[in-house]
Amino acid sequence: MLLRVNDVYKTFPGPVAALDGVSLDVHSGEHVSIVGESGCGKTTLARVIMGLVDPDEGSVIFNGHPLLTAHSRRGDFSRQVRMVFQDPFSSLDPRYSVRAILKEALRREPKMTPGEDFLRMRKVLDLVRMPADILTRYPHEFSGGERQRIAIARALMTSPKLLILDEAVSSLDVLVQQEILAMLEELQQRMPVTYFFISHNLRVVRRLSRKVAVMYQGRIVEYADRDTLFNAPSHPYTQVLLKAAFNYEVSP
Amino acid sequence: MSEFKLAWQRFVKDRVALIALWVLGILYAAALFADVITPYSLRDESRLHTYCPPTAIHFLTSDGHWAGPYVRGVAMSYDEYRRRIYRETDEAYPLKFFGKGESYKFLGVVTWDRHLLSVDAPGRVYLLGADSRGRDIFSRIIHGARVSLTIGLFGVLISFVLGLLVGGIAGYFGGRIDNILMRMCEMVMMVPGFYLLLALRAAVPDTLNSLQVYAAIVIILAFIGWAGLARVIRGMCLSLKERDYVLAARTMGLTDMEIVMRHILPHTISYSLAAVALAVPGYILGESALSLIGLGIQDPYASWGNMLSEAMNIVRIQFAPWILWPAFFIALTVMCFNLIGDALRDAWDPMLKGRGDQP
Ligand SMILES: Nc1ncnc2c1ncn2[C@@H]1O[C@H](COP(=O)(O)OP(=O)(O)O)[C@@H](O)[C@H]1O
Ligand SMILES: [Mg+2]
Repeated sequence: MLLRVNDVYKTFPGPVAALDGVSLDVHSGEHVSIVGESGCGKTTLARVIMGLVDPDEGSVIFNGHPLLTAHSRRGDFSRQVRMVFQDPFSSLDPRYSVRAILKEALRREPKMTPGEDFLRMRKVLDLVRMPADILTRYPHEFSGGERQRIAIARALMTSPKLLILDEAVSSLDVLVQQEILAMLEELQQRMPVTYFFISHNLRVVRRLSRKVAVMYQGRIVEYADRDTLFNAPSHPYTQVLLKAAFNYEVSP
Repeated sequence: MSEFKLAWQRFVKDRVALIALWVLGILYAAALFADVITPYSLRDESRLHTYCPPTAIHFLTSDGHWAGPYVRGVAMSYDEYRRRIYRETDEAYPLKFFGKGESYKFLGVVTWDRHLLSVDAPGRVYLLGADSRGRDIFSRIIHGARVSLTIGLFGVLISFVLGLLVGGIAGYFGGRIDNILMRMCEMVMMVPGFYLLLALRAAVPDTLNSLQVYAAIVIILAFIGWAGLARVIRGMCLSLKERDYVLAARTMGLTDMEIVMRHILPHTISYSLAAVALAVPGYILGESALSLIGLGIQDPYASWGNMLSEAMNIVRIQFAPWILWPAFFIALTVMCFNLIGDALRDAWDPMLKGRGDQP
């Protein structure tokens, strides 16, 4: 088991129960998607996993090690679990060149020679289908789709085992979305990385995941294999979602 | 192209700010080379030339022949109201460029005795007139620039570093640390600046030599100035730390210190640079105010503030208006810093707006 989310609760002042008892297991190679309407707690779940938000209750266990503090994530976890954020316009610091941005991903890695650095950068840029000569350029010179590729490249720098993509294509044009999704699909073949793919769009989810968790008001209401879920959804909310996305009735 | 280059390109398009930058550059260069530029040292005085008006520079002899630049001697007498009257005599003293004069240590190392402009004694050259003890106001302004122009810069530098650190820490970490640091800031900001200045000056013994007084003033000014900067920086950090690139850096295992130094403070630079340029005038005026009321730089050392203390008497201003020259230089410097500060802010803002990156 790669990652276990164990009965996590998180309430924001309001009070908003963003996570209301979420449990989830992710096995290696088992690409998991989380779907649910906006505001159901998907981002909060990703942030709890990454240690950006402290849960009120519950725990996150990675590779058998419970992650209690920010410090406990600084070692192996920070190398093997990487996150791609929704907004490519704010996830890259405008003050740094692509080279510096990629290099920062290696901060906690053992020291490498400049040559090794460069090879690694070329490799990840190739994985996301970007030319290597962009290293000296700055984020503002790129489009949203290109930035998201750079953000993905940054996440791949340490060859992570788990890649959390929080609405990674939601803010992009449909065409660019398709390109990035195709690139991610291809990546699945080329690297042993497990996707934790978050989206409010069922169509997107179907392409990339093996298992799908449906989230509703801070809970996971259904967690099943992709085909089971799409063909025979058991929870009424899943049926509503499917109907909205594909415009068809599901037989009860 | 990096952000700094873009901002710089925008900045140099602002003609007025560029001129201001040049003016300041010239003033600072003059302060650096004060010993060479000035005809007289700080200790020079001539009791026979009390409030002597600016010296006229002649080029022709009295019968109309070219004689090169020279000045005439002056004779002082009193009119019926016992006011001084200066009349030019027939003696001529040619102006010498890089002629020998009083010796000095150039830049504090090399002993030299050449002056850009001088006349042989007993002739005197007063480009901007003389003060009550017959001292050359031009020379004293240039010498005084060393104090007046640097004291603000050092003061602002210290309070800038303090403000960045305190504001950065308070804003990034939040919680109790933030609370304590901000209450401290408020305590400093609560007291009106000028009274705080006086109170702090009163706490410093008056047996200090001039260098110590200089350092004391720098520290006092910095102590007053850091709080305002810290508060603004803190506000910016509060919003900056929620940026996705900061969160990304955290998930990649960067330490808090690395994040603050790489992703938080650099984003406050645009504001801080402008704020620093806009704060310098306050420091210059603070020094002037202290020296003006006799609590700052003491005779024979000059600062623009202590030179002005002579001008606190309306009758003197009436008969020797040139003693107000230091005020002109203070105003000029303050204006230049303000223009540059405004231009810096403008140079950064449009770009950040366009990128949705404004703090
Ligand atoms: N930092 C926060 N402070 C207060 N409320 C928050 C915060 N983050 C999220 N929320 C609230 O928690 C709920 C879930 O948010 P989120 O996890 O972002 O949903 P999603 O990513 O599924 O759209 C929302 O109602 C949101 O308003
Ligand atoms: Mg979200």
